[in-house]
Amino acid sequence: MATDLQTQLIHDLVEESVEGLDQFDSEVLALEKGESGPDTLNTMFRVIHSLKGTSGCLGLGRIESLAHVGENLLSLLREGKVEAQPRTTSTLLRYSDALRAMLHSLGLDGKEGEHDHAQLVADLTALSNLGENPQGQAEAAGLFEDLPEDLPAPTPAAPVSAAVVPPAPAAPVGPANPPARAQEKAAVVSGGIAETAIRVDVGQLDSLMDLVGELVLARNQILQFAGRLAEPTLLNATQRLNIITTKLQENVMKTRMQPISNVWSKFPRIVRDLSRELGKRVNLVMEGRETELDRTIIEAVKDPLTHLVRNAIDHGLETPGVRSAAGKPEEGLLRLRAFHESGHVNIEILDDGSGISRDRVVQKAIQKGLLHADQASRLADREVYALLFAPGFSTAEKVTNISGRGVGLDVVKKNIEKIGGSVDIQSDPGRSTTIRVKIPLTLAIIPALIINCAGSRYATPQASLVELVLIENGQAARAIEYVDTSPVYRLRGSLLPLLSLREQLELERAAESQEAVYLLVLQAEGKQFGLMVDGIHDTEEIVVKPLGKELNGLSVFAGATIMGDGRVALILDVLGVARRACVLDHAGRDEAAKGIAEIRNSDNREGGTRQSLLLFAIGGDQPAAIPLSHVARLEEFAASAVEKAANAEVVQYRGQIMPLLHVGRVLARESSSADETVRVVVYNHRGVNIGLVVDRVLDTVDGVFSIQRCMDRPGVLGSGVVQHRVTDFLDPDALIRASGVIEFAGAGERL
Amino acid sequence: MSQPKQFCTFYLGAALFGVEVTRVQEVIRYQEMTEVPLAPAVVRGLINLRGSIVSCIDLRRRFGMGPAPEGVLASNVVTQTAGGLVSLQVDRIGDVVEVTEESQEAPPDTLRGAARKLIGHVYKLNGSLLRSLNVEGVLDFESSTRGSSPQN
Repeated sequence: MATDLQTQLIHDLVEESVEGLDQFDSEVLALEKGESGPDTLNTMFRVIHSLKGTSGCLGLGRIESLAHVGENLLSLLREGKVEAQPRTTSTLLRYSDALRAMLHSLGLDGKEGEHDHAQLVADLTALSNLGENPQGQAEAAGLFEDLPEDLPAPTPAAPVSAAVVPPAPAAPVGPANPPARAQEKAAVVSGGIAETAIRVDVGQLDSLMDLVGELVLARNQILQFAGRLAEPTLLNATQRLNIITTKLQENVMKTRMQPISNVWSKFPRIVRDLSRELGKRVNLVMEGRETELDRTIIEAVKDPLTHLVRNAIDHGLETPGVRSAAGKPEEGLLRLRAFHESGHVNIEILDDGSGISRDRVVQKAIQKGLLHADQASRLADREVYALLFAPGFSTAEKVTNISGRGVGLDVVKKNIEKIGGSVDIQSDPGRSTTIRVKIPLTLAIIPALIINCAGSRYATPQASLVELVLIENGQAARAIEYVDTSPVYRLRGSLLPLLSLREQLELERAAESQEAVYLLVLQAEGKQFGLMVDGIHDTEEIVVKPLGKELNGLSVFAGATIMGDGRVALILDVLGVARRACVLDHAGRDEAAKGIAEIRNSDNREGGTRQSLLLFAIGGDQPAAIPLSHVARLEEFAASAVEKAANAEVVQYRGQIMPLLHVGRVLARESSSADETVRVVVYNHRGVNIGLVVDRVLDTVDGVFSIQRCMDRPGVLGSGVVQHRVTDFLDPDALIRASGVIEFAGAGERL
Repeated sequence: MSQPKQFCTFYLGAALFGVEVTRVQEVIRYQEMTEVPLAPAVVRGLINLRGSIVSCIDLRRRFGMGPAPEGVLASNVVTQTAGGLVSLQVDRIGDVVEVTEESQEAPPDTLRGAARKLIGHVYKLNGSLLRSLNVEGVLDFESSTRGSSPQN
C-alpha cells in the first residue's frame, strides 16, 4: 500500500513539475528579453520551491539538493540582492534541464539518475555569491560579458570574486536563507490559483469519448426506430435525446480540445537554443496560439512541427552577416500562424530567410538520382519543392546535428498524412519560405455522407466532399464521355476525371440498364475527381473506429463505423482511393517526387520513360505529344476572340492576357488555320499560362515510351511510337523559347 | 507437477482445434458481417461486437480448406491477440477441454503447407487429437492474397 502511494505521489510530482518547469523556462526567456513582469521571478521561485518541498517529502535527496541551490539564487534575484547577469539566464535554463532530466529518469524507473551536476552547482553558487559583494559583482560581470556562454566556463565566478575581495567569506548561502524563507509563504499564498480546474487523467477522457461515441450510435438507432413508429411521445423523447446527445458530444469534444500553444510553448526555448548555437538572430512570432485541436492530433503534430521549426532556423534563416549583406534586418523572422478554416486547422511556418533555390533542389535531385536532367525544366515550382519531401533528400550544404541528415521532411510528411493532413511548401527565393500544414480538427467523430455501392454502405468524410452531381435516368450515356477508356464528365466546362467505386473496390459490375448515376465530386491534395456510386443515403455524424492490424494494407479505407442499424460500414479514404486510381499522378504535388522516382526507375529498367502524354495533331496527320503534367486545361476560343498585343496573338483568358503560340508555325508545318474555332492547350510555363494552338486534340496516353532523338529540330525532343503511330515528342519549353512569346509571358508575370 | 490447461475447442470439418480458454473472450453464433472489398480473402468481414469493430478470419480459408458443407451456420470464437480482438470463424463449437502437459506433443515434422505455421502443439485425447491453434500464425498472412470475389 505504502509503495503504491509513493509511486502515485512520484507520478504526480513528475507530471506537475515538468509542467512547472516549462513555465519556468518561458519566464526565464521573458527575463532574458527584458520583458519580465512583477510576477516573473515569483513564478519561477514558486515552481522550484514546490518541487524542492515535494521531493524532500518523498526522500528524493538529489533533486531536493539541486533544487535548493537554484532556489537560493532565485530568492536573491527576487529580493534584488543580485542582479541578473547575461549568463544568469543560460545557467537557469541548464538548471531546469538538469531538474527535468532527473524527473525524467524518476518517471522511468523511480530513480533520480546518476547525472553529475557539480559544474552547474558551482555556476549557480557563483551567481548567488555575486550578491554578497557589489564590487565583486561589477568585476565579475565585466569579466564574463564577452565570454562565449556555451563554453564550459573555465573559471567559475566564485574563485574570481573571492580573489578580488579576499575578506568576503565564500559561504553566503547561510545568511541568505532566513529572509528568503520569510517571503516564501507570502509568495505561495498570493500566487495560489483558485480551484476552478482539476486534473483529469487523459485515459479517463478517452474512455469518456468512447462512451459518447457509443451513445451517438445508440441515438442514431433510436432515431431510425422512432421515425418508423410515428408515436408522438416517443418522437418528443427522442428529439430531446437527440439534442442532449449532440450537446454532450460537443462538450466532451471540447474537454479534449487543447490550444496549439501547448505545443508551441516549447518553441521559444528551442528557437533560442538553436539560434545561439548557429549564431543566428531570430524573432519568433506566434499568432493564433489559442487555436484548438483535439488532444490526439496535438500529440501527433508535436514532432513534425518541431522538426519544421528547427528546419526553418537551420536551413531557412541566414546568419546576421549574410542578412545585412542582402539588405535585410539582421534579426530573422520566424512566424507561426494557426487558424481554423472549414473544419481544418491550418498551421503556417514562415521564415524570411533565403528561401528555396529551385536550381539547387533540381541539382540535388539529379545528383541523388531522383530526377533526370531533361525532366527538370518541365517541372513546375511546386513539383520541384515537393521533391524536398522525397525520402533521402537534403539540400543542406553541410550536415549539421540539427537537421539535414536526409531524414526528416519525408517523415514529417508521412506523420502528417497519417492523421489525414497535408503539407505544402511555397517559397519566394531570396525572401521567404512558407510551409503550410493542414490538419483535421478531430479524428474521433466526423460528419460523413453515407453512400451505397453494390449493396453495401460506405461513409465518405464530408471534409473531402466538394459537391454532388446527379445524372438522371438515361442521361448517363450522354453525360459521361470517354478519353480512351477513362470516363470524364464536363463539370462547368472543364473535364473531371471519373472513377467508378465498383471498379476501384473490384466489386461486380453494375447491370447495363443503369438508372441514375450519382457523382461525388471529391478533393484530394488539391485535385478534384468524380466518384460514381449507386446511391446516396444521408449525412451522418459517424464515430471513426480503426480497422484491425490484419487490414493494415488497405489504403482505400480510413476505418469503419457502426451504423444506426448496428451494421458496420467502411469509411472511404478519399486520398487512398485517388492514389489507387492514380488520379494524382500528374497534378498531385506531393506525388511528384514519387512519380519522378518511378520515372527514373523505369528509365533504367526499360530504356524508356514512363509518362503521361497529351496527343494532338498539328498540320496533317502526324500526331505530336507533350507531357500532360504541365497542361493546365484544354480550351476552345472563337477565332474572333484572338487579339493582337505587342505583335503577338493573345486571348483574354480568366481575366488575364494569355499569349498564343502556333505550334504548327514554330515547327514550320502547315496547319489548317481556316477554322472558326481555335483549339488551345493551356500550358503552364513556370507559372505563366501560354496557349499552344493545335489543330485537334487526340488523346491522352500513359505509359513507357522510348524516344529516338533525331535531327536537330528546335522544340522537338525526338520521335517515338505511341499507339502504333510515330509521334513527335515536343519540348514545350524549347518551343516557347524558340517562338519568342516568352518575353511577353515574362512581362505578364511581372505585372 | 504440470499445470493442466483448458482449451476452448471447435471443429473445422471433423478436425478438433483449440484455443486456450484464457485467450477467448466469448463465443458467438452466426453474426451479420460487412465484407471488406480488396481485403485478403481470409478476412471474411467486419462484425459489430457491442460497439467495437472486430475482423473476422475465416479459418477454413486460412487452412486452405474448401468451403463448409451446406447447412453449416458458422460460429465465431472471439480471441484476444496482440493487435486487439479478432474473431475466428469455425464450423462448430466443441466443449472446453482440459489437457495436461504429458499429453502434449510437437506437431509431426511431416506437417506441410499452411498448417505448419498454424498448429502449435498436438494433445492426445481419448479417441481424438486436439490441435492447439497458433493465433499469431493465423494472423500472419500475406496481405497480398487479395480475394477479388471472396463470396460465391
